[in-house]
Amino acid sequence: MQMMMAFFETEAEFSARTDPERSPAYWGAWMAYMDALRAAGVILGGNPLHPPATASTLRRRGGTRHVQDGPFADSKEQLAGYVILEVPDLDVALAWAERAPCAVTGAVELRPVLTCPGS
Amino acid sequence: MTNGARAAVEQVARTSYGRLVAWLAAATRDVAAAEGALAEALAAALAAWTQGGVPDRPEAWLLTAARRRLADAARRKRVRLAARPTLEALAGDGLAADDAAIPDRRLELMIACTHPAIAEAIRAPLMLQVVLGIDAARIASAFCVTPAAMGQALSRAKTRLRDAGVPFGVPDRAEWPARLGAVLDAVYACYGLAWDDLPHGGGPGDLAREGVWLARVIAALLPDEPEALGLLALVLFCEARRDARRGADGRYVPLDAQDTGRWVRNLLGEAETVLARAARAGRPGRYQLEAAIQSAHVARRFGAADWTAIARLYDGLVALAPSLGALVGRAAALAEADGPEAGLAALDAIPRDVAEPYQPWWALRADLLMRLRRCAKAAPCFGRAIALATDPAVRAFLAERARAMRAARRRPARRSAGSAVAAGGRRS
Repeated sequence: MQMMMAFFETEAEFSARTDPERSPAYWGAWMAYMDALRAAGVILGGNPLHPPATASTLRRRGGTRHVQDGPFADSKEQLAGYVILEVPDLDVALAWAERAPCAVTGAVELRPVLTCPGS
Repeated sequence: MTNGARAAVEQVARTSYGRLVAWLAAATRDVAAAEGALAEALAAALAAWTQGGVPDRPEAWLLTAARRRLADAARRKRVRLAARPTLEALAGDGLAADDAAIPDRRLELMIACTHPAIAEAIRAPLMLQVVLGIDAARIASAFCVTPAAMGQALSRAKTRLRDAGVPFGVPDRAEWPARLGAVLDAVYACYGLAWDDLPHGGGPGDLAREGVWLARVIAALLPDEPEALGLLALVLFCEARRDARRGADGRYVPLDAQDTGRWVRNLLGEAETVLARAARAGRPGRYQLEAAIQSAHVARRFGAADWTAIARLYDGLVALAPSLGALVGRAAALAEADGPEAGLAALDAIPRDVAEPYQPWWALRADLLMRLRRCAKAAPCFGRAIALATDPAVRAFLAERARAMRAARRRPARRSAGSAVAAGGRRS
């Protein structure tokens, strides 16, 4: 089955990306993790994302377009990236999620990919 | 003939429901669809068997009928991709209609029902429904929620089973102890409800027989797992004493005052045999220890209970699984073995904020203070224990003891072994 694995990070982790002191550790951990996913052959695709401050959220209400500067939800942990996995079941996906660098500080959400009828 | 057919349908539904659901749901993980198909097959069986007689292999008949319905339903839905395995499975890879050897996949089903991705509170209800076929309304009354809320929670859980990717199989060695533990905990939760409920039950919310049945199923499926046997022994011990907890007039009867003649001998005998079998594996665990404590309690029918031994078993239990119930049970055993002061000291060692909302903690405290003739201190503890008790018979019992204490203030205190903890704790 295909499973989306979405990574949620805290403000501290987003800032670690560019902090000269912490960035080597931050990127080192993520590179190692992504290498492991690739080596296992379970990853179909995915991307890291810029910090939530770069997000734009649009809503159309009553014929008017509202654009909000910032992410959809205002919460402590924000979407930082995602991958699509090909795994036999949730247990295998959970085992990968457990190894993600953000699992100990933020969160990892797993969501099965919906295969649309007729596709 | 109608009666014969009805009895046959009921019989198969009772003994084979979980086996059939487990098999039907294995390919798709769609438990709700499997249950729906089986319900239709049971209805069809009633009509067909009334007319043509009960078939030689009623289970295989039902399975075939349910598989056909499942395949029809999948076809009607224009075969979502997820349903394709159903059709392939149903198109007849293995099982012919007359094949009685339907593989038993109930263990996988129970393991799926207690997967970490399924909320803990819904695991026991889910198991009762999909393994035993108990309807949501009856489960709701046992769990003290509305049928609508229970129905909704069950349906949400089944959607997760189908769509979240929960595997339908036996977990690997590393995960096995935790996953088995979750299955056993859910089975015990089913039985525990009945235990907390009034004895002589029989009401719609009385699931004791179902809890024992599930414990038997899991012990039969895992004859080499000592904890599965330990759980079965534990519920058999409890079941043997269940009715003796009430007098003929409905009065609450604490463990030490129970008429041992009302304990069900053959259940006690079976419990001892099962526990002995579990012990032979040499791998103790929480349920085996709890069963061993029960065994030590019921040894009273041959003489006096050995409270030092019981206290030692509680030491082991607390080391493995330090639940509040075990900690208070240990305090009660120490009070009997070494005196009320020892019991009080053990109660005081439990963090106060954890203990405060727990009724048996107050009931035991009241009893021990009374035995130490510290009546002024005991009285408010009785008050708290009475206020926290949910069972009216327990409230009446405690109120009577508090009254007797006030009346007997100047007379010598009467000894009464462990009865206060019996007025609340499950392990009583």
